[in-house]
Amino acid sequence: MTVAEQFPQSDEELLDRFQRAAFGYFLDQFNSQNGLVADTSRVGAPASIAVVGFALSCYPVGVERGWMSRADAAARTLVTLRFFWNGVQSEHPDAIGYKGFYYHFLDMKTGKRVWQSEVSLIDTSLLLAGVLTASVYFCEDTPGETEIRERAEAIYRRVDWQWARGSASTARQGWKPESGFIHYGWDGYDEAIILYVLGLASPTHPLPENSYINWTATYQWENIYDYEFLYAGPLFIHHYSQTWIDFAGIRDRFMREKKSDYFENSRRATYVQREYARRNPYGFEGYGKDCWGITANDGPGFKTLKIDGRERRFLGYAARGVPFGPDDGTIDPCAALSSLPFTPELALSALRHFCARYPEMIQGSRLPSAFNPTLPGAGPSGWVSEGYFGLDQGVLVLMIENYRSGLIWKLMQRCPYAGNGLRRAGFKGGWLS
Amino acid sequence: MTNRSAQQVHAVQHGELPPSGPPDDPFHCALIDNVHPPAWHNPKFAGKYNLVVIGAGPAGVTAAREAVALGAKVALIEHDLIGGDRLNVGCVPSKAIIRTGRLYAEMRDAENFGAQVPDNICIGFSTVMERMRRIQARLSRASAARRLSEVGIDVYFSEARFTGTDTIAAGGELLRFRKALIATGARPLTSRIPGLAAAGYLTNENVFNLTECPRRLLVVGGGPLGCELAQAFCRFGSHVIIAQDDPTFLPNEERDAAQILSDALARDGVEIHLNTEVVAVRMKAGQKVAELVSGGNKISVSVDEILTGIGRTPNVERMNLEAAGVQYDIHTGILVNDFLQTTNARIYAAGDVCLKHKFTHTADASARIAVQNALFLGRKRLSALTIPWCTYTDPEIAHVGLYVREARQKGIPVKTFTILMHDVDRAVTDGEEDGFVKIHVRDGTDRILGATVVACHAGEMINGLSLAIDARIGLRALAQVIHTYPTQAEAIKMAADAYTRTRLTPTLKSLTRRWLAW
Repeated sequence: MTVAEQFPQSDEELLDRFQRAAFGYFLDQFNSQNGLVADTSRVGAPASIAVVGFALSCYPVGVERGWMSRADAAARTLVTLRFFWNGVQSEHPDAIGYKGFYYHFLDMKTGKRVWQSEVSLIDTSLLLAGVLTASVYFCEDTPGETEIRERAEAIYRRVDWQWARGSASTARQGWKPESGFIHYGWDGYDEAIILYVLGLASPTHPLPENSYINWTATYQWENIYDYEFLYAGPLFIHHYSQTWIDFAGIRDRFMREKKSDYFENSRRATYVQREYARRNPYGFEGYGKDCWGITANDGPGFKTLKIDGRERRFLGYAARGVPFGPDDGTIDPCAALSSLPFTPELALSALRHFCARYPEMIQGSRLPSAFNPTLPGAGPSGWVSEGYFGLDQGVLVLMIENYRSGLIWKLMQRCPYAGNGLRRAGFKGGWLS
Repeated sequence: MTNRSAQQVHAVQHGELPPSGPPDDPFHCALIDNVHPPAWHNPKFAGKYNLVVIGAGPAGVTAAREAVALGAKVALIEHDLIGGDRLNVGCVPSKAIIRTGRLYAEMRDAENFGAQVPDNICIGFSTVMERMRRIQARLSRASAARRLSEVGIDVYFSEARFTGTDTIAAGGELLRFRKALIATGARPLTSRIPGLAAAGYLTNENVFNLTECPRRLLVVGGGPLGCELAQAFCRFGSHVIIAQDDPTFLPNEERDAAQILSDALARDGVEIHLNTEVVAVRMKAGQKVAELVSGGNKISVSVDEILTGIGRTPNVERMNLEAAGVQYDIHTGILVNDFLQTTNARIYAAGDVCLKHKFTHTADASARIAVQNALFLGRKRLSALTIPWCTYTDPEIAHVGLYVREARQKGIPVKTFTILMHDVDRAVTDGEEDGFVKIHVRDGTDRILGATVVACHAGEMINGLSLAIDARIGLRALAQVIHTYPTQAEAIKMAADAYTRTRLTPTLKSLTRRWLAW
């Protein structure tokens, strides 16, 4: 089969194929007993609460695309929400979470905390984004969908965002029963807008408005490669909050000052990624105008090797970033394609390049978390991440859908908490008007 | 007055420091002969000094020289070594060994420069330290006691103790003064880690006395000192573990700078533990065993030496400041106003003993202000200074002016022009591509608010930006300054050019197109 046959010319067909393949992850890795979804497809992987949040948002996509029935989606959603509502919340390390937040990683079967993970604010926020997406989508007057809405509301209202600041003015990163709050917060632009929006909107224990102001005070507006944007190195930062919230045309105080918005910002960040890959300062194999996507993801492992006479230091799972690094030549094709709503021409061009140049890394139209052509492997793609990561597959499903229909953005526009949170953060204009 | 000897005596008595000092070689003897001559006789002077300076570190020596050059009768009192931390236990020895460390790193990296890696790279730690002492001895000549005496400064080697608001007891004499300047510097903060004192540890005050390179070294603290020496000792072959309780090194610097530094240390082979606290140290079978805790997880590491670099505390003790009416805080130092005047109008302070920014160049600048204000009714302000600083890791990290967060806290809109060193031709030819130049301007203008440079020679590059800030030279003017090509400092010009390109608005572009089409 030629590349053209394997990957058809129509963008729509191509996207449908990759979106559906990514969606399949959530069917494969789902535990029907508790609704948890595995962090990765690797044997023995625990559940990630953030991946569950992506899964809850993917089910409506599956229904609308005809990949699953509404009843099946509702059932999966309900078992998930029941698990998160009924799980024990306490200071005890065996609890599922504390103060309405949840531990980052849970055992797939028992639902108990694993890896001594932290009660994670951002991962809980991504879970809640999925919970709220489901509560808007399942709007029918059936017992199942009514319960979904009630459970979602209860889960969201239980979260104590005021506690989550500790004694600081901004949200902390997390908490552990063994050592209390992680002693640092969020510094600089990152994926935390969704956290602040949901925290500010809480009808029970909201974050104060100044917490958002104080966080955004750490922003840096930079001119890099002649692109002016709110800087963040890893590409996923420009995707995660944008997965649920359509930022086009709405602006907070910072973006009003800069006469931009977070949608446009993600577009420029993508161009900076591509420009970095074109310049390829460290001479990594494969980098180019259609081969970019440097972000937090899996990697070849921490080791130093001499390749073609040059010493190369590789990383494991790490927050790679552009242009300040770290960068070890690892590309995340999912991240590149997830830029689709912001830079469709760049993302599609990258996807076609991945298909044509590195077909061996794409099994069943599902993109791996990462590959590294600099580190020799079985084919031109070099090292390829084993299995699949739920975060990558989730953001891919949702961003392709946002590009194709805007479904997730439209659902969240109907969620009163999203609107309230954005307004309390100072956002105005666009669909908020 | 560095209080070093007294501190060392105390520390040795309590088992905290190795008892040995530097090797008694000709270089050390030459150094001592300059900075504290064994047979020195304190002068006799019955009159009233225009200025008595306590402490002969960078601030004290500068102040004494400035004052005597202006015709003042000056006494300079030092109880330990002239030159203070800078010469004896700070910048000079550390930069000397850092340079050797860089050379070893370059030798190992020779292939990347198209050269052959030398066979059997052998590290002679004793020769590294001998070179360091030779440099110290050489640089000590400029501020040798005899030379200071020759220019008219009365040099006393003695403790100094105020006996009133205008008198100081020193060297068995009672010195009367019209004005006094306290420049006693600072010393390393004492670590409170349980068991550390009993196990013994290194600070900047004794690490340069080492005669053997520790096989395994734990560095506690990821500030400038910790990072610099961690990298240097790693390059000398130590297995270096660094524990930093913050999520990044150099937490006051830009996170991207810290990221690049973190990568650089890892590349050198430093074992990095961020978000990690050292909670206890114990001795076991002749080794120092440290307990490290990160996010509730505990690990133990066994090392031969532990170096702490957790900050500095001002030397305000044993001067009887109360008798002089000089207020102070044991943590922040002597209380001064913007003119560096203490709560006793006759007495000023300068340098580490009273400043937040404890750098040699700041000590020097503050001493000049203090002398002007003390002797000539000057009204020079400390707050008017533009203070750059640099951490001398590889790459170096330098900063001047405001950080973005500081500007935004003041309500100033900021835009940053960033140039990556990998886009600078000379950095590429030199194989020194890690780093960047970031210049922060007030958004909508070309006024430079601050800058951070991460580059192999960032300490050199930052000076041009300090000048620009001090002289209010904007990016527009900098863009018109011809920079030599190829130099790494060209990155500054490239940032200015990037600013110039932003001035080409769509309207302007359209006008120029129409003009060219006409």
